[in-house]
Amino acid sequence: MKTYKWLVPTLYILFLMLPIYWLLNMSFKTTNEILGVFSLWPQDITLDNYAKIFTDPTWYNGYLNSIAYVVINTVISVSVALPAAYAFSRYRFLGDKHLFFWLLTNRMAPPAVFALPFFQLYSAIGLFDTHIAVALAHCLFNIPLAVWILEGFMSGVPKELDETAYLDGYSFWRFFFKIFMPTIAAGIGVAAFFCFMYSWVELLLAKTLTSVAAKPIAATMTRTASTAGYELGLLAAAGTLTIFPGAFVIYFVRNYIAKGFALGRV
Amino acid sequence: MGIELRKVSKQVGAETYIYETNLSLEKGGFNVLLGTALSGKTTLMRLMAGLEPPTTGELWFDGENVTGVPVQKRSVAMVYQQFINYPNFSVFDNIASPLRVARIPAGELRQRVERIAELLRLTPMLQRFPNELSGGQQQRTALARALVKNAPLVLLDEPLANLDYKLREELRDELPKLFKGTGATVVYATSEPLEALMLAGNTATLHEGRVTQYGPTAKIYRTPNTLLSAQVFSDPPINTANVNKKGDTFHLTDAVSWRVPNGFAGLGDGSYTMGIRPHHLTLGTAPKNAVKVCATVLVAEISGSESVVHVNVEGNNWVSESHGVHPYKVGDSVELFISVERCLYFGSDGQLLTG
Repeated sequence: MKTYKWLVPTLYILFLMLPIYWLLNMSFKTTNEILGVFSLWPQDITLDNYAKIFTDPTWYNGYLNSIAYVVINTVISVSVALPAAYAFSRYRFLGDKHLFFWLLTNRMAPPAVFALPFFQLYSAIGLFDTHIAVALAHCLFNIPLAVWILEGFMSGVPKELDETAYLDGYSFWRFFFKIFMPTIAAGIGVAAFFCFMYSWVELLLAKTLTSVAAKPIAATMTRTASTAGYELGLLAAAGTLTIFPGAFVIYFVRNYIAKGFALGRV
Repeated sequence: MGIELRKVSKQVGAETYIYETNLSLEKGGFNVLLGTALSGKTTLMRLMAGLEPPTTGELWFDGENVTGVPVQKRSVAMVYQQFINYPNFSVFDNIASPLRVARIPAGELRQRVERIAELLRLTPMLQRFPNELSGGQQQRTALARALVKNAPLVLLDEPLANLDYKLREELRDELPKLFKGTGATVVYATSEPLEALMLAGNTATLHEGRVTQYGPTAKIYRTPNTLLSAQVFSDPPINTANVNKKGDTFHLTDAVSWRVPNGFAGLGDGSYTMGIRPHHLTLGTAPKNAVKVCATVLVAEISGSESVVHVNVEGNNWVSESHGVHPYKVGDSVELFISVERCLYFGSDGQLLTG
């Protein structure tokens, strides 16, 4: 009997990849072709869309801005979450479990709740339209997430490792940087990845807290669509390019993420 | 002097982990802490290492009060039941790590690490990482790290419990040899009475947070001071029974009785507790001066050339251990022999009676 094991995964991949293929397909077409004919592949391949993005500062600055605040956010989130997660994993204190859960509740509120107060507060202290403003705003969601992920990895390391290091004469900080952090490197990678991804795709806060100098690429894309008419080819090219940073990061942490899932914390 | 616990106790919340304990372990000796799970072995070790502060009392080492001295400043080595190594360091770096922290010059460091690695047969693995090693090799690495720094106090917390049988035997043989002549005071925690006997040295028996007895291992096995110590130090568990002394005979029941063994003649009439180690309750041919009892088989286990048979004797559930294969079925009636002169007799307060 012939088996059809390949059928389900094939259909799955087909449906999954179809929109992405279509985006890629559109990015190599002219807007006229997109609106005029229905074609499975570009009839008249053009690189103009990409050329514009790489030469026009209003476009490529969007990417640079996004990358800037995403990187700042990831660095802040992970470096703040590391000591917090260590405390949750190694010490018992009054209300530790409640506090730990409370951290997660920060993620329950939609960003829209914070958009307006953040806008006013950041404006008041002159942080409006800066990279650090967006990076700090995203910390609200990313630090709790990073603490949760890191705590899971840290609790997977027996506390006897800490003790062995102290018995060997290591001071706390020397142990933490030389032994503990390399031991949970996978967890740090996974936490950084999730911070990166979240910050990269978040639009509302990023858009509200910036106007020109720190405008993210996603905001640039929405504005182009509304003001300059239908520049669909350009938009598709911009969309294609936003996939790359995430794909690039995933490539490096793919093995760690599997481990993160195994620990039940991601 | 070695290590000395003076009126040490440990409480966590409302629970008492260690009751007030006075214990002095001789310097350079091999000491075994014997007790079941939750008897306080690990807590006692952690107190000795200074990983946890005692609730009350003081810890003295070589005539110096070390209570509250941070572990980094104490020279203590510890090996755990789990294999604890630094996963991001090679075996060489793992062994070298205490020396690096102590700023030992590179040449001497290399020499010391290589000597220890040779001793523990880790030389071919020096460049590998801990997760590429077998369990036995991982534990050897942990042992090497504990040995290399020549700590005057080495704590081994059930180091062989997670190893498979063969490796356990091998390392158990090596351990006392490794520490012999280093002058280190070694404390070894185990839950297995047989292991304590094989390691020799001194043994402290622990029961529910109390040290019930401390002394040379063989002596404690032969003359436990109380029924509790005897129970801790017996595997399979020691059998107990109430016996009545009337005149010059002990009575287990009206029908089963024997002459009071030499030395107990001065004992008053009354009720006593008798401890029968499983290998003093045997099947097959009668040993010298044995008393015969009838029993019903509850469970029979045969391990190679030994038979362990759980029996019911006059309402007591006992375990008998005999040489040879005795395949009994549940419910069978058997004849057993108690070597009454080798048994232990305890007073109503649990203290051992001696002739």
